[in-house]
Amino acid sequence: MSHDHDLNGAEILLKALTEQGVEVVFGYPGGAVLPIYDEIFKQNRLRHILVRHEQAAVHAAEGYARSTGKVGCVLVTSGPGSTNAVTGLLDAMLDSTPMVCLTGQVPTSLIGNDAFQEADTTGITRPCTKHNYLVKDVNDLARVVHEAFYVAKTGRPGPVVIDLPKDVMTAKGKYVGIGKVRHKSYIPKVKGDLERIEEAASLMASAKKPILYFGGGVINSGNAAIDLASKLVKLTGFPFTQTLMGLGSVPASNPQFLGMVGMHGTYEANLAMHGCDVMVCIGARFDDRVTGKTSAFSPHSKKIHIDIDPSSINKNIMVDVPIVGDVGHVLEDMIRVWKAKQLHVDEKALKSWWRTIDGWRSKDCLRYANSKKLIKPQYAIERLYELTKDRDPIIATEVGQHQMWAAQFAKFDVARHWLTSGGLGTMGFGLPAAMGAQVAFPDKLVVNIAGESSIQMNIQEMATLAQERLAVKIFILNNQYLGMVRQWQELLHGGRYAESHMDVHPDFVKLAEAYGAKGRRVDKPAELDAAIMEMIETPGAFILDVRTDASENVFPMIPAGAAHNEMLMGPEDEAENPSSEDGMVLV
Amino acid sequence: MTGKHHPHKHRHTIAVLVDNEPGVLARVIGLFSGRGYNIESLTVAEVAARENLSRITIVTSGTAQIVEQIKAQLSRLVPVHKVVDLTKDGPAVERELALVKVVGIGEKRVESLRIADIFRARTVDATNESFVFEIVGRSDKIDAFINLMEPLGLVDVSRTGVVAIARGTQPL
Ligand SMILES: Cc1cc2nc3c(=O)[nH]c(=O)nc-3n(C[C@H](O)[C@H](O)[C@H](O)COP(=O)(O)OP(=O)(O)OC[C@H]3O[C@@H](n4cnc5c(N)ncnc54)[C@H](O)[C@@H]3O)c2cc1C
Ligand SMILES: Cc1ncc(C[n+]2csc(CCOP(=O)(O)OP(=O)(O)O)c2C)c(N)n1
Ligand SMILES: [Mg+2]
Repeated sequence: MSHDHDLNGAEILLKALTEQGVEVVFGYPGGAVLPIYDEIFKQNRLRHILVRHEQAAVHAAEGYARSTGKVGCVLVTSGPGSTNAVTGLLDAMLDSTPMVCLTGQVPTSLIGNDAFQEADTTGITRPCTKHNYLVKDVNDLARVVHEAFYVAKTGRPGPVVIDLPKDVMTAKGKYVGIGKVRHKSYIPKVKGDLERIEEAASLMASAKKPILYFGGGVINSGNAAIDLASKLVKLTGFPFTQTLMGLGSVPASNPQFLGMVGMHGTYEANLAMHGCDVMVCIGARFDDRVTGKTSAFSPHSKKIHIDIDPSSINKNIMVDVPIVGDVGHVLEDMIRVWKAKQLHVDEKALKSWWRTIDGWRSKDCLRYANSKKLIKPQYAIERLYELTKDRDPIIATEVGQHQMWAAQFAKFDVARHWLTSGGLGTMGFGLPAAMGAQVAFPDKLVVNIAGESSIQMNIQEMATLAQERLAVKIFILNNQYLGMVRQWQELLHGGRYAESHMDVHPDFVKLAEAYGAKGRRVDKPAELDAAIMEMIETPGAFILDVRTDASENVFPMIPAGAAHNEMLMGPEDEAENPSSEDGMVLV
Repeated sequence: MTGKHHPHKHRHTIAVLVDNEPGVLARVIGLFSGRGYNIESLTVAEVAARENLSRITIVTSGTAQIVEQIKAQLSRLVPVHKVVDLTKDGPAVERELALVKVVGIGEKRVESLRIADIFRARTVDATNESFVFEIVGRSDKIDAFINLMEPLGLVDVSRTGVVAIARGTQPL
């Protein structure tokens, strides 16, 4: 069997990645990973995208993973390489994004000696990964890689780190194939308990004021779940809402869609959540941005919760019918049960519920006062959406007001076309995430809706775009402010705008040019359409610097610590509703 | 305080079967500290060398909802095979061992021996002016023993923490 022994660690690694179907790895080299890079150099199956900062490698892998449903793959060096990756790992963890991140490590004999560029990577990343491994024996390597991919993509997806000491990459050892790897303790439960599903179905049939609440778990689950979610919407005729992470799980153009739920969700979605008698939470996790004050959250409803992660259940909100399982499997059973038992919704009650909802809808809560002089940020997104929707774009965002306006004013009819940092809220996510999606879909229109401040957190990736010829369009809503911070200061801190204004920003048009891209600035509403068309039609990467009305705030807003029925609808409401002291300490 | 609700906290003993691999204890402890859960006692040792399994016994306290969270979070760790709430799932035997060093002469020395006898503690080391007692029992019994030894010259205590096992025929 000596021929089994003639691979070195780096060769085994590449063989395992290939067997796992990895086509692209986002990375950045350094001393500890040179043997791996040497192996990458010698082959041409695996494409390596050389980023300009390790954090961006991880966000790019997230963009790739979220837009394709595949596992993203990252390769960074030891020490500073791995610590730079940490923010991205936690981002992927909080947004349940499947990823395998390979980190270099000093040789096993030096571990613990404060060797050059040594970091306790497994220690540092333990709380921000789903799992991590330190491979000390080359004969464990192939198994660990296969196991890591399995853990990353099954159950509740998440990032997995494999820490690779340099000597393990050069040592010779055995390769084992995918088929031989079976996990002893990690066995996610995908089938839901049938009795519970039956209980849920009858509860739904008896509902007078039901609502379906879809989250990122629907998209995580896959295409079957995405189709079944639409089927359930059709079968029941129930109104439905989505979380920020769930946008696109059921087409936004569906007339039963009430808009997004939560802090910056719509009036009708939040009041329907508040007033419903049966809530069906499907692959969502009752995040604080969604529930507001938990003690006042949907006080009169029976709650059904479908989630693959038992720790998501009864964490923030106690539910009546918990169903642990995969959305796709559970919805399939639920629809089957519904049909087999010939269940029917209470048509009469549902009609009257829809009348109530239509009343809320008529408030037109996303309405804003447009201007002929200044570009309103909401208007900018509306125009971007109208002018690009036929091309079915993938939209990434940074974090802040622009992100919320994008969520409110762009409509998503397709899943995986919306890439945003929800759980961690990482400024600097958007550009690399858009880049990762563009790598996966080179011919698609990919737009990063950015703030002028967030974009600067990973602006160096403009160079990666140029090198890899990626035509990402960067649509900056430039309000010269850390707008979301300014909004909170206005609402909660008496308008004392401590450090939320930046006097100096780069000239984004020149910046684009410096990176070999094109750019344009626009500040007149009348010129906006032409500018957007120029952005779309110019080949290659493009920065459109849209100067917007800096005083705009995102509404509706449920202030932190308030309940769903205590929403601020617009500037008129601000003065009358000073936030509670409890709310002041919340984020 | 406007009628804030303080649900009852309860003490739970949880047994966790894990792969005996580097970092597994750090995962468990990190989970407790990172999420603000309480650890009153934690013990760990290998229990099945062939299967390479260790058993961790954790005594924690929290509301019913928090204890459920703790169990769900523990189960989520990849090297965790099994999580059993010994307090909730039926009667269990709990034991702890302590070594207790008492230094003194004369009347106090005699009294410490007398109390050790009552508690069925064994003398495992002695000098002319000291004893080391070994005591096994429930944690509250050990607490009581230590309290009584305090005025009699207690100088040092080493406790194992709680180990526990369900009563009856069922394995974990
Ligand atoms: C500035 C800012 C403002 C925000 N405002 C809002 C807001 O107004 N409204 C809003 O909704 N969010 C908002 N968010 C996002 C918010 O912080 C959360 O990220 C988001 O609400 C969580 O979405 P989710 O509940 O769908 O859960 P996700 O984070 O997508 O989690 C998915 C859930 O589904 C489960 N799951 C995964 N896979 C499966 C499967 N196969 N089967 C079953 N279950 C599965 C997981 O266990 C998890 O519980 C905001 C974020 C930022 C940065
Ligand atoms: C890395 C990071 N640091 C700080 C924050 C806090 N934060 C949230 S939104 C925001 C302002 C973002 O400004 P900009 O990108 O211009 O977006 P705008 O809100 O103006 O649309 C800040 C500082 C964050 N989310 N991420
Ligand atoms: Mg801004």
